[in-house]
Amino acid sequence: MRKLLSTGWTKAAVFAALAGPAAWMAWQGYRDELGANPIEAITKGTGIWTLRVLLISLAITPARKMLGLPELIRFRRMAGLFAFFYGTLHLFTYLWLDKFFEWPEIWEDVVKRRFITAGMMAFALMVPLAATSTAGWIRRLGGRRWQALHRLVYISAAAGVVHYLWLVKAGVMRPGSYAAGLGALMAWRGWEWLRGRRA
Amino acid sequence: MTNRNIFSLPYSEVTPKRDYLSRRALLAAAGFSFAGLRAAAATKLTGYRKSPFSTSEKQTPYNAITSYNNYYEFGLDKDMPARNARNFKTSPWTIRIDGEVAKEKAIDFDALVKMAPLEERVYRLRCVEGWSMVVPWIGFPLSALIKAAEPTSKAKYVRFETYFNLKQMPEARYAGMPFPYVEALRMDEAMHPLTILSVGLYGETLPNQNGAPVRLVVPWKYGFKSAKSIVRIRFTEKQPASTWMIANGREYGFYANVNPEVDHPRWSQAKERRIGEFGKRDTLKFNGYGDQVASLYSGLDLRKNY
Repeated sequence: MRKLLSTGWTKAAVFAALAGPAAWMAWQGYRDELGANPIEAITKGTGIWTLRVLLISLAITPARKMLGLPELIRFRRMAGLFAFFYGTLHLFTYLWLDKFFEWPEIWEDVVKRRFITAGMMAFALMVPLAATSTAGWIRRLGGRRWQALHRLVYISAAAGVVHYLWLVKAGVMRPGSYAAGLGALMAWRGWEWLRGRRA
Repeated sequence: MTNRNIFSLPYSEVTPKRDYLSRRALLAAAGFSFAGLRAAAATKLTGYRKSPFSTSEKQTPYNAITSYNNYYEFGLDKDMPARNARNFKTSPWTIRIDGEVAKEKAIDFDALVKMAPLEERVYRLRCVEGWSMVVPWIGFPLSALIKAAEPTSKAKYVRFETYFNLKQMPEARYAGMPFPYVEALRMDEAMHPLTILSVGLYGETLPNQNGAPVRLVVPWKYGFKSAKSIVRIRFTEKQPASTWMIANGREYGFYANVNPEVDHPRWSQAKERRIGEFGKRDTLKFNGYGDQVASLYSGLDLRKNY
């Protein structure tokens, strides 16, 4: 298992899996199979996959420790960058296909509508993380500072879940399940931190 | 058309529109008339007349109208009602008439469709979510039923209650809303000639996901006011609370008139996307029916009475 996780093939397979939803949406769009309101389908699809991939990236450290598979670290950056990729698609779907780059309208949305504010914040917090994702930046910042910076992902994910909770008309259970997922991942971190202090 | 079987045929057994249209084209080419085909396309409605209230705008395709639905009892995603309502039982069907009326009664569906001549009403439909369609409904003015119900002088509001049965609608548990779904109109709104009870669209009986067998259509209000699959119509003296008012009264009021000047607290209502179009168009006040209905609200602060 650990050997398998270290191969280039595994990395390629994980890449394909994370790119899959985008490829599938593009294919459906090309075949005109996104339903009666394709723009809404793309908005929802890219949004939900941003959250899913973000939670996957946050699950990697707990999974490494619990399963005893340190090799999983190889996929963390990739998952993080894919979350940023889906987030970027989601943002541009909104800016272009929903607002047609009407900046005054967009600004009004950002300041007036709290679910947009939360979504924008979630995205904005991902930008410095994506920008400093290279080995060069880890070196330049130093491991400790780099790690501190990348803890922003917790706030970004929380803002993303809140964005989802605040935008639904009904059926809070769906965004609620993402909140529960993020809660569990953060609880594990809290527990680890407490254990580390006691030790 | 009064044959009971015509209305009880499950949607799953109905010939897809695409198929029978191409079949018709074939037969037409071979010199057959359409009249003989009525039995094959069993849910066709006939004998309805055109209405001067219809818009001449391009009609939204049948496929879009029947695959993109908000009907939370059958699921939260737009494509779920079409799948989950397939076996919804709409026959037998009766509507209970009660409250402030001379005599409470139950109207059978067959009697209901004979209350007034059926008309085709091509109306714009504007959803509170910011999309719109143009739907060729078949129905009759609600006023015909109200007159037959003989409301008392105390009747100031009409309350509509939708069918609800968790066994047939297991997805309803995820909506987090109180069911059965309730909507209501002021008496003058309910009596307005634009307000109809619809039993069909595109010349056929209503598909289940669109609110079969009978639903309300109020074209100048956001779509959620147009309650589906109605089983009870109650006349009341006091303004009834609608399901959305109970679920989220800050965002959904009693009136829900389409109004580009009054935003939903979470999004602008100034524009809408017509299903099938790429760009957005400006939303019209009262959904473009202001000439007919604006006078109903003179003196009413539409910002407060959203």
